[in-house]
Amino acid sequence: MKNFSAGSVLKQAVLFLAAVMALIPTAFMIMTSLKSDEEYALDKLGLPSNPVIENFRAVLADSPFLGWMANSALLVTGSVAVSIVVSCLAAYAIATMSFRGRDGIFFTSTVLMAVPPIVMIVPLFVLYTRLGLISTFPGAMIIYAGLITPFSVYLLTTFFRTVPRELLEAARMDGAGPLMILLKVVLPLSLPPLLTLVVVNSLYVWNDLLIAIIFLQDDAKRTLMAGISVFQGRYNNQVPLTMAGMVIASAPMFILYIVFQKHFIRGLMAGAVK
Amino acid sequence: MRTVQRLRPYLYVLPLVALLAFVYGYPLVRIFEFSFKMVRGIDGPWIGLRNYRLILSQDVFWESVLHNVQLLLAIPAMIAISLLVSILLYERVPGWKLYRIIVFVPFILAVPIIAVVMKRMFQFSGPVNEVLRWLSLDFMALDWIGSSDVALWTVMILIIWRESALGIILFLARLLSLDEAVIEAARLDGVSWLQRVRYVIIPQMRGVIEFYAVVSVITILSAVFAYVFVVGGGRGGPGTATMVIEFYIFNALIRTSLPGIAAAASVLLFLVSVALIYPLFRARKHLAEDEGRS
Repeated sequence: MKNFSAGSVLKQAVLFLAAVMALIPTAFMIMTSLKSDEEYALDKLGLPSNPVIENFRAVLADSPFLGWMANSALLVTGSVAVSIVVSCLAAYAIATMSFRGRDGIFFTSTVLMAVPPIVMIVPLFVLYTRLGLISTFPGAMIIYAGLITPFSVYLLTTFFRTVPRELLEAARMDGAGPLMILLKVVLPLSLPPLLTLVVVNSLYVWNDLLIAIIFLQDDAKRTLMAGISVFQGRYNNQVPLTMAGMVIASAPMFILYIVFQKHFIRGLMAGAVK
Repeated sequence: MRTVQRLRPYLYVLPLVALLAFVYGYPLVRIFEFSFKMVRGIDGPWIGLRNYRLILSQDVFWESVLHNVQLLLAIPAMIAISLLVSILLYERVPGWKLYRIIVFVPFILAVPIIAVVMKRMFQFSGPVNEVLRWLSLDFMALDWIGSSDVALWTVMILIIWRESALGIILFLARLLSLDEAVIEAARLDGVSWLQRVRYVIIPQMRGVIEFYAVVSVITILSAVFAYVFVVGGGRGGPGTATMVIEFYIFNALIRTSLPGIAAAASVLLFLVSVALIYPLFRARKHLAEDEGRS
């Protein structure tokens, strides 16, 4: 096993290089956030010789980072909750009941996964402008909920079909209605796909810039991603300050990745390959 | 009672149908309608194909299309990087479990965050150029963000850097599901590493490579807005150097308030995405078949 041939050294070197490349921006971001403007001007690459947390204090005092995060969290919660309820009901009917139009609905919903969000924006923007829904959370939530639902229906339907029929039949014999069976039998068995969906969908809404920047234009309604895109332009010359902002903005995802590594990877993969 | 029985399934799918009709159905009908109208505010007169004619005669539209096409060049690089790294991880090079966690980090960071950080790193007086000068590679120390000849390549570097992480994890998942006996047999036969990769491993990954390629084409043609928005300073800049189709639509809708033009461009992008649905579903089917076999 332990043969230090040229080949294995080379392989180790390639992987090491890949790891360094993957980490450089994060390392740069963290190190720079701890430098003063003067130190960054003199030394852009080295470790901070005299770490300061002033940048973090300044960012939190000057920019509404926590407010942006709260807005993003609110949007994530609302849209993911709506989407999960809608998807569970529909996927349950599609997977366990027979009715006319069932296959058509499932096919249409599945195909919609491939339509890029930007295509839907123009009419919705015009409609929202007329209805006064621009810069309202419910308005944006409905759009997000709609965009994440086709994949949720697809994943849940595929999973619900694997739930043994006998189990559903037995519950029916016991006098349970369909809604009861969904709540007490099907959903408790479906926690893994539900968890995957929560991860995928939350990340999509949390990370999105396009919808956020068009439909939530009011400064008080900015999401985190829209906020930092605007924020970075304002502090173009204060790199350490900007980096402190980015450290704060990326912290929630990093913490979740370290804690829920497996679910996180599985969720991201599932979401990316839809 | 029987009527209730018959109607029940429809009650369950009703919220789904309503939601999809609102978020997808209504817009998809309306972009076609708007694309033939001169929309001012919320509606306007029919003008036939004038929106399309205007778009197709505009240099900036074709420039945007060309930029999307140019960004497709990232895909071969993404596949090559993903293959190399995933195969090395699969061979359990010492430390592979830690490497696996690290190489996925680019995909954890949101695109706007990456773009902000990278923009500072690639500034003319930034650390990337400092390193290049230190290595006496002054000719490589370009104005990565500010030069209109280079900015789109910088966007491409960002895309390759982040999206390769997805490829690595996808490919590794596929490799870990392969039959080890075949690969082990090749190893024992004294076949060289390159031959083993070329003739034993890669043929078995065809399905996942095809799938990743199609998904990446869709991403690059229709989901690079966040990269371009941040790197291009919210304007697709410098000049129009990083304009892409999504940004063209965004500009027409928000900056110049011409929903008719934006809708016509949306229709064209929609038709492209429809053309990609078949390859996408075929690739997904191949992948599922591959996974069923091994």
